[in-house]
Amino acid sequence: MGETSASGTAETFGGSRAGEALRAYRLIAGMWIRSSMTYRTSFVVTVLGNLLVTGLDFVAILLMFSQVDSLGGWSLPEIAFLYGLSATAFGLADLTFGSMDVLGGRMRDGSFDILLVRPVPVLAQVAADHFALRRLGRITQAVLVLGWGLLAVDVDWTAAKVLLVPMMLVSGGVIFCALFVAGAAFQFLAQDAAEVQNAFTYGGTTLLQYPPTVFGKDFVRGVTFLLPLAFVNWVPAAYVLERPYPLGLPQWAAFASPLVAAVCCALAGLAWRAGLRSYRSTGS
Amino acid sequence: MSDEAFIELDGVEKVFDVRKKTGFLKRERRQVRAVDSISFTVPRGEMVGYIGPNGAGKSTTIKMLTGILTPSGGRLRVAGIDPSRERTRLAHRIGVVFGQRTTLWWDLPLIDSYKLMHRMYRIPDARYRENLDRLVELLDLGALLDVPVRQLSLGQRMRGDIAAALLHDPEVLYLDEPTIGLDVISKSRVREFLRELNAERGTTVLLTTHDLQDIEQLCSRVMVIDHGRMMYDGPLAGLHEVGESERTLVVDLERELPPIEVPPARVVKVEGPRQWLAFPAAESAAVLVARVAAEYPLVDLSVREPDIETVIAKMYAEQAEQAEKAGSAGNAGKAIS
Repeated sequence: MGETSASGTAETFGGSRAGEALRAYRLIAGMWIRSSMTYRTSFVVTVLGNLLVTGLDFVAILLMFSQVDSLGGWSLPEIAFLYGLSATAFGLADLTFGSMDVLGGRMRDGSFDILLVRPVPVLAQVAADHFALRRLGRITQAVLVLGWGLLAVDVDWTAAKVLLVPMMLVSGGVIFCALFVAGAAFQFLAQDAAEVQNAFTYGGTTLLQYPPTVFGKDFVRGVTFLLPLAFVNWVPAAYVLERPYPLGLPQWAAFASPLVAAVCCALAGLAWRAGLRSYRSTGS
Repeated sequence: MSDEAFIELDGVEKVFDVRKKTGFLKRERRQVRAVDSISFTVPRGEMVGYIGPNGAGKSTTIKMLTGILTPSGGRLRVAGIDPSRERTRLAHRIGVVFGQRTTLWWDLPLIDSYKLMHRMYRIPDARYRENLDRLVELLDLGALLDVPVRQLSLGQRMRGDIAAALLHDPEVLYLDEPTIGLDVISKSRVREFLRELNAERGTTVLLTTHDLQDIEQLCSRVMVIDHGRMMYDGPLAGLHEVGESERTLVVDLERELPPIEVPPARVVKVEGPRQWLAFPAAESAAVLVARVAAEYPLVDLSVREPDIETVIAKMYAEQAEQAEKAGSAGNAGKAIS
């Protein structure tokens, strides 16, 4: 509750813009958590349901391995490692930015205008919109798979390799967040395009759960250079597992994920600003 | 900043590009002038009604005044701030109520939404408590604070929304159709509150409405907009004059009678024992009713106020007529703007 409430109605730009956004995010996410708690049973059921559904996702992979010993040359623990990394990174992004697909609906019913007359950054409000703790179900499952993968893979852990794991989770999460924001920005142009966004985000995490070797070369090229999902786990994981890099990328590419994430953020931010500007000049 | 012009619009325009599908992939682009060169100023503390038919440009104007939309042209200032450039800074100084949307949290008790405003607007604690107490009392919200918003009636929710818009002491309050869908009691409650707010706090109020009674009971000044253009800006009485508007007295007689005669009213329609009489809006209905009751076997009656669409239609007709006269007299055939 340690809010600075020194100056009253006007000119309160205490703290940086990012701090302001974070604070607004927290306030609004808190309201959504409280809202979901008013239907306590429904909340518990959806968390369990979420855990179960995402759990079945990995069971499908386990079933596959009951028939084969390797997938694209990768063993089950290695696949679990890939899966855990991608799913955890995605889960973090999904928890924090995953509800941005409601933006189109808000523009259609006009309630987006209400967000625009509040004195806090719009992006923070949209990101926190419909914040849902039930998404922790997905993260829990992902962390369990990752934990098992980490224990089961046959790796000589060096300092660099150990460091790469949290780096992958953070950079991967940020890359997915940028995707969510870019998808939301696209909704300014096409307000019913939420499904297009989901194809890239949910679709993206699903394909990253399989090794790059099972995909065609052109596809991997697209996922590396156009939509740089490969930097979420494929490239850094190849370093950790000492596997050949996809597309014969140089050794340092394994450490480029934070840079890629930063570039993604910048581009998503620009897209968002352009989208918001177009809304504010055309209305809906 | 001078108080003379708290809200200031100078030749403000808003042009929308509308794309229409004309074929499989073909699209036709058309420009729509939602707001066409509007100028007005509102001094601090004034209460202004902004009226016009659907699609006249009312909401577009409000959206530009709040910074939601960026004008395509002209100059616009609110409290010296350019709304579209400094939207979040302006947000601290304005309150907005959209009649058909709510800022309140649907599943949470009303008070939770106010607590959020407290923190989001960084309202000092003492000021927040003082404002909340006053608003709760004036808007009669005491019993509703712990009720989830989804359980409130439309009128209760509207009062709740108005309180939410005022907790941070805005200098100007925009209301977009604040009484739409409300019952008579709720309407009068909202109006009474707005009158007090304006009188006690000197809050500038700009309200859009369909309901001429809102204007009659609240606003000393009315602006009429249609097709994005300002048709009239002045006192309400003047609007009736310009529009030559008429009220309608509907009388139910005991039996079918030939059209009754009570000048200056004239019968415009007869249907069995029911007759419709039109009379100038400025005339007293009471006098007319007394005369009808004295001279004819009256069973029931009702008075219908002219609606804004009728008034505006009359204004149009009049302008066109004047244009014709001017054209034939001066042979100049000039189009009226």
